[in-house]
Amino acid sequence: MSDTPAHPGLQHHVPLPGRAKRAIAIHRLLVSKNIVGPDEVRETIDRARRRTPADGARVVARAWTDPAFKARLMADARPAVFELGYRLSRDAELAVVENTDRLHHLVVCTLCSCYPTSLLGQPPDWYKSFAYRQRAVVEPRAVMREFGLHLGEDVVVRVVDSTADLRYLVLPRRPNGSEGMPEAELAELVTRDSMIGVGQARNPA
Amino acid sequence: MGVDAREIQVGDVVGVRDETPAHHHRTPWFVKGKTGRIASISGPFLNPESRAHGGDGLPKRHLCSVEFKQVDIWGGRYCENDGDRLLVDIYEHWLEPG
Repeated sequence: MSDTPAHPGLQHHVPLPGRAKRAIAIHRLLVSKNIVGPDEVRETIDRARRRTPADGARVVARAWTDPAFKARLMADARPAVFELGYRLSRDAELAVVENTDRLHHLVVCTLCSCYPTSLLGQPPDWYKSFAYRQRAVVEPRAVMREFGLHLGEDVVVRVVDSTADLRYLVLPRRPNGSEGMPEAELAELVTRDSMIGVGQARNPA
Repeated sequence: MGVDAREIQVGDVVGVRDETPAHHHRTPWFVKGKTGRIASISGPFLNPESRAHGGDGLPKRHLCSVEFKQVDIWGGRYCENDGDRLLVDIYEHWLEPG
């Protein structure tokens, strides 16, 4: 199976053929040494691809409308999201950070590209870029402005560098004018970028 | 070496060891030698410094989310807001009492 074009190493957008060859060689070794099963990598990728930012948006909308759920989510995210049917990977824990009028979180992984894939799916390419990973910690406001997000001087920016076993989900600020909206409609206001922190949730139409 | 996360608590001031061992480690260079405050403690988790080299990851290590002032990390290179913060997850054995 390692020789077929469907090899998971070839599905990554890796520009260098050399790197793809290396991925295939590593995969063969892992399978031959029984470190991963023959279909495990593909199944893991398939599972990750089934997750989309709509999953995270549902969690956010529930937190906006149910204060008790929000308290459970902030205290211990794994059992809280399981209430909504989301089973987090055992590879990492999830932490939720809340944006308010006065405090804005921006998530980055400076060491690699750690991302809450269990709730948001695959990260966007820019999240994995050297430019984002380097600049987000040094000039976060400049980076956010390039995404169209202009924060006031009275807002503290708190950059979160997920260097290890925690994955971070931003709970964006609930937009003004969304009072009384049903949960499903609220979820449509929650963008992927607002859960990374480079944007805000959309204002209601 | 380092601190024992069971003996520290949220709010404590801690320093980050200024070392660069040859093995895999997950402490970013820009916080080495810097001082911050414990924001939360989680884990324990298998130690990636062992797992990255075929080890069993034991003993497990607690992970400390440490909050730094951006100006303490970058000094004059940080040109944005003096109140801005940076939260970095650092394993307990990389920390020392502040």
